[in-house]
Amino acid sequence: MSYLAAHPWSVIALLLQHLLIVASGLALSVAIAVPLGILVNTLRVLELPIMLVTGLMYLVPSLALFAFLIPFTGLGTKTAIVAQVVYSLLVIVRNTFAGLSAVPNAIREAATGNGLTAAQRLWLVELPMALPVIVGGVRVAAVMGVGIASIAAYVGAGGLGTLVFRGIATVDSDLILAGTLPIVALALSIDATLRFAESRLSA
Amino acid sequence: MAALDFILSNQQLVARLLLQHIVLTSCALAIAGTIGIAAGIAGARIPRFGSLALAITNVGQSIPSIALIGLVVPLIGIGFWPALMALAVRGVLPIYMNTYLGLAGVPAATREAAVGNGLSNGEILIWVEIPISAPIIMAGIRTAAVEGVAIATLAAFIGGGGLGDLILQGIAMMDPARLMGGALPVAALAIFAELTFGGLELILRRAFSV
Repeated sequence: MSYLAAHPWSVIALLLQHLLIVASGLALSVAIAVPLGILVNTLRVLELPIMLVTGLMYLVPSLALFAFLIPFTGLGTKTAIVAQVVYSLLVIVRNTFAGLSAVPNAIREAATGNGLTAAQRLWLVELPMALPVIVGGVRVAAVMGVGIASIAAYVGAGGLGTLVFRGIATVDSDLILAGTLPIVALALSIDATLRFAESRLSA
Repeated sequence: MAALDFILSNQQLVARLLLQHIVLTSCALAIAGTIGIAAGIAGARIPRFGSLALAITNVGQSIPSIALIGLVVPLIGIGFWPALMALAVRGVLPIYMNTYLGLAGVPAATREAAVGNGLSNGEILIWVEIPISAPIIMAGIRTAAVEGVAIATLAAFIGGGGLGDLILQGIAMMDPARLMGGALPVAALAIFAELTFGGLELILRRAFSV
């Protein structure tokens, strides 16, 4: 723990960098995956191909995914963010679709009967009702993102993984702990925060 | 394709690393399966232990696997055994969770019917509860296997061997052929694990559907 005590600010700087990578990856994932989930819900024929492709991407181990991405995105933060999006697609698309398709038909018909257009119904009725399930997907994606960003330090993305890899390379347990403990804390607190949001939304 | 050329011209190397990868993953899966299923059975019998362990499992699954790989180094160093330990610990989580939830999900009426038919506790477990929850337990094993293939790749960071070696070398040497030469078999292995255990899950589901 002495590295953490001696250099608190450099660990905090890496933590913030880590958080920034996770947040950008997550924002991009939501921006792509939620519309995709809505698309799957309206055009059900797309369910099989989209789930198959995102499911296949989800299966690829992260280090292998980095290997596939590096020739295109190079070394650095870009690879970390793209990898995060690739993994997050499955969970967020699946949860968006599941949340939307769980809206009872009676409610959908009542909305239509009240004169709402399809877009208004989606925005005012269906999405709010599906929100807890969507947030559940975002939570899984965010926790996964913390892990992916850690590994991405190896390909030059920065963040807390830097300490872990430097520690492994120099067999310095102190440095490894200074990286892993904040990573674990970050993952657990993001998980707890979004779980709380989930329960508040579904109440 | 450069990656295929690399694999074909380094067949022995790729085969050796692939074998290491499979050995690491399957040894870890065997350990995790034994501990996870045993703990799941105990958890279903002793509710207080079961729900506490479930809470720990939930937290444990949020811990990034690279952190787990990093944490074993200060504890037991680098090499095959620390990697095996990290993989096994990680694998126990989904297997315990599914065994516990599967057994706890067996309807009380079913259990009572078995008691009424004169079955002992042990007989109920073997002939009623485990068959009913077998597909769910297999789903946990599938998750552990697919995650195991991925974490075994990370084992290369701590000298645990496996196909991750090629990927790390490829990154260090900026050699895309070597990079892909490691990544392609790893991805194939993960998909193979998913299909194999997913298939077993389907067979069990068909066999034991009530």
